[in-house]
Amino acid sequence: MIAGNVFSLDTFFSELIRTYPIFLEAAWLTVRISVAAVIIGTVIGMFIALVKLSNPFLKVIADIYITIIRGTPLIVQIFIFYFGLTNIVQLSPFWAVSLALAIHNSAYIAEIFRGSIQSIEKGQMEAGRSLGMTKNLTMRRIILPQAMRRAVPPLGNQFIIALKDSSLAAFVGVAELFRRAQGIAAGTFNTMETYMIVAVYYLVLVMILTWIVNKIEHRMAASDR
Amino acid sequence: MSEMIRVEKLNKSFGDLHVLKDIDLEVYENEVVCLIGASGSGKSTLLRCLNFLEVKDDGKVIFAGDTIELKTHNINEVRQKVGMVFQHFNLFPHKTVLQNVTEAPIMVRKIDRKQAEEDGKKLLDKVGLGDKYNVYPGKLSGGQKQRVAIARALAMKPDIMLFDEPTSALDPELVGEVLETMKQLAREGMTMIVVTHEMGFAREVADRTVYMHDGRIVETGDSKDFFANPKEKRTQEFLSKVL
Ligand SMILES: Nc1ncnc2c1ncn2[C@@H]1O[C@H](COP(=O)(O)OP(=O)(O)O)[C@@H](O)[C@H]1O
Ligand SMILES: [Mg+2]
Repeated sequence: MIAGNVFSLDTFFSELIRTYPIFLEAAWLTVRISVAAVIIGTVIGMFIALVKLSNPFLKVIADIYITIIRGTPLIVQIFIFYFGLTNIVQLSPFWAVSLALAIHNSAYIAEIFRGSIQSIEKGQMEAGRSLGMTKNLTMRRIILPQAMRRAVPPLGNQFIIALKDSSLAAFVGVAELFRRAQGIAAGTFNTMETYMIVAVYYLVLVMILTWIVNKIEHRMAASDR
Repeated sequence: MSEMIRVEKLNKSFGDLHVLKDIDLEVYENEVVCLIGASGSGKSTLLRCLNFLEVKDDGKVIFAGDTIELKTHNINEVRQKVGMVFQHFNLFPHKTVLQNVTEAPIMVRKIDRKQAEEDGKKLLDKVGLGDKYNVYPGKLSGGQKQRVAIARALAMKPDIMLFDEPTSALDPELVGEVLETMKQLAREGMTMIVVTHEMGFAREVADRTVYMHDGRIVETGDSKDFFANPKEKRTQEFLSKVL
């Protein structure tokens, strides 16, 4: 047992090769959970941001939502969705986890969008309105496209956090990367090597995501100049 | 000459600050009126009350005989007829020059895109930017930006144009090209209200000049007269400082 905790480079590489079919499949599941969470979280987040900016009463409701979501641990939210909500509605473990992660991220994403919308100069709304555009039309055509651009870097950050946080799905038995690592480590006693291997998988996924975000950022900036 | 816009006993406060005090003003069709006065005297606020970017507290704003109220009028329709040019241009940075000009005609007036682009290009040619259709505003000089902003406002075919210090944010060498564009508009008969510190422009182009001080209109006069023989003491003091 103690010997199993000593890191061996040989074991690391042999385990890396031996486990890759398992980990690749698990990585794919991690990606699917993260993508689902991020897409749904972004849609909800945008909705919350717009609600928050629309009128004082709705702002209070949006603030309550954000406070509750940000004020409670993600793992608790996952357990509520997995053990609680599945009693009420038919929900696969995959969707319970993905939705919990989506809701969790939506609160942070809402604040990102709110910030980026409010960072657009007041003159932009006035210019739109002075041309006879309605508030909604100006929001949609003038403010949001610019705000989206400013939101990309912080959104990218949030997506990276979401990707890493998806590892918490392990605690409700969804066979994503971290869950698989736990299983392999327990079976082989190659604890150190196995967790190093799974760390590499996460690192690679994060690097790919970073690369994608940078590409998008670049493409959007191009039309500024 | 028929009356284009008339303001009666207009008042506006921001909290405790009474910014516009019993403003009376009328502007006739094809007329150019310059609004001058020290910074903080309420010129911008008056201009913005005309297209309801600021909402007056009381008094009347009358367009072509029609008293405009937020309750009874669709303000978006009113604004289509009132072009505005801002000190800081407020161009849409994510749209090309041509898209800046065609945005409102297409989205608001529901003009066919082809037609809007054709009209937009004509307007850009007119303000001397025929070679900049597909450039983003970030690439333009201040003077060019302001001329795009003028074209953008004109694209809605407004009945009147409001200019709020259109040259104040420009490097001195770029002021002339914008004033020239405005002069051309004036010659074509556009009704214009221009807040400006360019006294030469007021004297030369404006039919009438209005001097504001501390939220009140102190003096209004035929521009030639106004600058040659200002009647009010405060006007004289102001002019002696700026001329
Ligand atoms: N939105 C606002 N809120 C509070 N005070 C304002 C606002 N807009 C203008 N003011 C104040 O009203 C006064 C007149 O401003 P303004 O109309 O911009 O003057 P001018 O254009 O002649 O320089 C100033 O004291 C200014 O600080
Ligand atoms: Mg001003």
